[in-house]
This record gives sequence, structure tokens and C-alpha cells, in this order.
Amino acid sequence: MVHGPRPQTTYPIRELHEGESPDLVYFSSVSENTRRFVDKLDRPAVRIPLRPRLEGMIRVACPFVLVVPTYGGGEQAGAVPKQVIAFLNDPDNRALLRGVITAGNTNFGEHYCLAGPIISRKCRVPELYRFELLGTQRDIETVNNGLDRFWDQANNERTTA
Amino acid sequence: MTTTNPTCPLSETSVTPPKYRHDPLARLRPINWNRVGDEKDLEVWNRLTANFWLPEKVPLSNDIPAWQRLTEKERTLTMRVFTGLTMLDTVQATVGEICQIQDARTEHEEAVYTNIAFMQSVHARSYSSVFSTLTSTPEIDDAYRWAVNNDLLQQRCKKVLKHYYGNDPLKRKVSSTLLSSLLLYAGFYLPLHFSVHATLTNTADMIRLILRDKAVHGYYSGYKYQRGIENQASERQNEMHEFTYELLEDLYELELAYSGELYEPLGLMDDVAVFVRYNANKALMNLGYPARFSPGETEVNPEILAALAPGADENHDFFSGSGSSYVIGKGEDTSDADWDF
Repeated sequence: MVHGPRPQTTYPIRELHEGESPDLVYFSSVSENTRRFVDKLDRPAVRIPLRPRLEGMIRVACPFVLVVPTYGGGEQAGAVPKQVIAFLNDPDNRALLRGVITAGNTNFGEHYCLAGPIISRKCRVPELYRFELLGTQRDIETVNNGLDRFWDQANNERTTA
Repeated sequence: MTTTNPTCPLSETSVTPPKYRHDPLARLRPINWNRVGDEKDLEVWNRLTANFWLPEKVPLSNDIPAWQRLTEKERTLTMRVFTGLTMLDTVQATVGEICQIQDARTEHEEAVYTNIAFMQSVHARSYSSVFSTLTSTPEIDDAYRWAVNNDLLQQRCKKVLKHYYGNDPLKRKVSSTLLSSLLLYAGFYLPLHFSVHATLTNTADMIRLILRDKAVHGYYSGYKYQRGIENQASERQNEMHEFTYELLEDLYELELAYSGELYEPLGLMDDVAVFVRYNANKALMNLGYPARFSPGETEVNPEILAALAPGADENHDFFSGSGSSYVIGKGEDTSDADWDF
């Protein structure tokens, strides 16, 4: 059975200007697990709204890395939280995405961190890292160091290009 | 016939059936899935029902040749490990989940525990399917006799049962989360270990289905625990923090003693202990608490990790530079069922 594209939901847009658009964007459900991980990174970050209908969907202005939890544990459908899909459906946001970091649980087996490869394939950006639940201290250090190097490299490429 | 005030929400003028016990005169309210207060309830319900399975769908009989190749020792170990798992799932299905219904914060939470309780019964049932497929009645009876006579197994169960029947709703949540996310894992280790050696692979597939369910069960109890504790006074929060780490410590000690008797004869205990600590940390994360064990103490044997989740290896660590196998996909077609653009 072939489905046509679903009608896109449009939300009120909240534009972030260059000075207030951090290089880290994340989504966290009401469980707040991913927020806690991002808090521990201690870097400027903006959260994709939980209720975009009420809060408005954000539109970023600078290149960013996305941190997302994986929903599900079974099927491909529903692995990417719908708010993240809505955020990435905005071509402006999608064009600035540079990489994805995913939270998950190894109990989900082959679907561990499934949102990562889905977004990576769809948006053609590297999957940078996977961590479990709230992440460990080691995850925090690896991601912080990794992001520093990742952005240094990106900036060097930009200045030498 | 009594008429309730039409301007007042029904949730304020009526109760759900479990509250009858404390207020027999209150008006009763049927569950309304079209008025959901905590979106996690619906999300978890949908996930649980989507993940539903039955052991009859797993071709366990394909494991008969592998079972016959196992040594006597390995067979006895497997039967004891699975009988131990059956014991814990029986506790959880008949008491652990059911006892949380009385503490539910929403009517939908009450329904979610009925679902989880049934699924725990399916898990308990599934080990019996393994036994009836692979072994004989006298062997099964021996394993059950072993379980009833094993003091450490009894203690592990009673340690949590005490809190399930206690009078503290938050202690029930902690106990239940630790059972779902920590206590079972020494047992799960064995089928994962066998599957690494291409043995009992169908049984391992069944265990993976159980693991998938346990993740959601532990997540949900842990999530509701965090909702329950967030508005408590700081003394209460400290008390629960201390309680959690003490119970974890007690269960961990019991776990090592219980599993040591089982696994040491095969030289697997060091590996099992790492797996238990790794899962103890995850149990704490489900409850919103920091890890108890250091990264060095929780480095699971990579083969076991790969048997658990093939995507948990270093190939997904782009940052460390070891993820050399990463290649950006060349615009491969993806199914758009999950995607709009």
C-alpha cells in the first residue's frame, strides 16, 4: 500500500536570531531524560518545544548538532519524536543540521537508538554518538570533547575554503 | 440517581474503582482514554500494546539439537537460571505491578499496570514453554524444587515483596524499578552468552523480546517515581534517595551471592557481575539518580553487548575516531511512513 505524503502540520514559528541560536538543539519528553544529559554538557542549547501548537516551533539561524531520544523499541515508525520531525520539516532548520546524537536503551536490541540512523540517512549528516538513558560521566566527556573538535574542524574548513 | 455539578470536572467529583477501598461512598468513574492528563500514559500504553508477543510465536523447538549438545552442567544451570527468572516474574506479575495500581496518579496509569502485569505473566509463562520444549517433567520438577529450597532466591524476592506490601508508595516504585531493571539481568546473561556461541539462539530471541518489554516497564515505574517525588519536601527526597541506594546495595550483594553459586562453576561470574552493575546503573537512571558504579566497573563484554544490541558498538562513536566505518548515506530511499518531508 502506498501512502501519499501526509498533510503537513504547520505551527506558529518562533525565529531565533543569530546571536541566540546555539550550536546544540535537543528534544526531551516530559521524562526529562535527554534534558538532563544536555544540562550536564553545560553548553548553550535550545530545546525543541514539547507542545509546538502552544509554544510555537523554533527556527534556528546557525549550524547545530541535534540530540534526540529514540521512541519505541519496536517499529521504525514512531522512533523519531513527532516534535523533532516537525522541527526538521522546516527546510531552514534541516539545512543547518550538521550531526545527530541519540539516546536509547540497548534493551531495544537492533532498534537501539534507531532515531539516529533514520535522521542521519534522511538528512545526510553523520551520526556522531549514541548513549543510554541519561548518559554516563564518560558519555558527557566524550560528547563535550567531540563537539569541541567537531566545531573546530568545521570552522577551519570554513576559513580555509 | 445523583446529579454531579456539570461545571466541575468529573475527576473532582468521582473516583476510580481502586479508591473504593478508602471511600466507599464516592461516585465511581469509568476510565476515559479521550481525556488523558499525562501523555506518557498513552505513549507507554501504545508502546506496550505494539510490543505485545507470545512465546508460541518463537520457534523454540529449533533449539532442541543445541540443547542436546549442552553439557549436563550447562543444562542444569540453564534450568535453574530460568526457574529463578520465572520466580521473579511471578512476583512481579501477581504483586509488584498490581500493588502499584492503588498509588496511581491517573486513571490511565492504573490501566497501564494491568497491561504490564499481564505481560510479566507472559514472561513467566514463556520459561515454561522453553522447559516443555527442551526438557522432561522430572527435570522441570527438580528445578522448581531447587527454586523453593534456594535461600538466596527466596531472599531476593522477599526483599522487594516486603516493600510491595508495605505502606510507602514511593518505596513500591523503587522496588519495582529495581526488580525490572536490575534483578533479572544476571539471568538474562546466560541466554545472551549462549547466543554469542550460536547456541539456543531461538531461546535468546525470546529473551530479547522480554528485554524489550522490561525496558519499558522499568522506564515507566521510574518515570512515575520521579513524578511522585518531585514535589516532596527535601527531607523526604533525601530519605528516598538513601533508601534507593541502600536497597540497590542489598540487592546487588544478594545478586552476587545468588549468581556466584550458579555461574562460578562455569567461570562466568566476573562477566555476569559486570553485566549486573551495568544494569544497576541503568535502573538508577530510570529512577532519575546518578550511577552507582564507575565506567570501569560496568564495561560489558563486547560480545554480550553485541548479542544484546548490534548497534551499541564503537562504530557509532564518530567522536573517538574509531568509527571509521561511517559513510554518509548516498540519499538512499527511506520509507516516508515516519517522515513528512
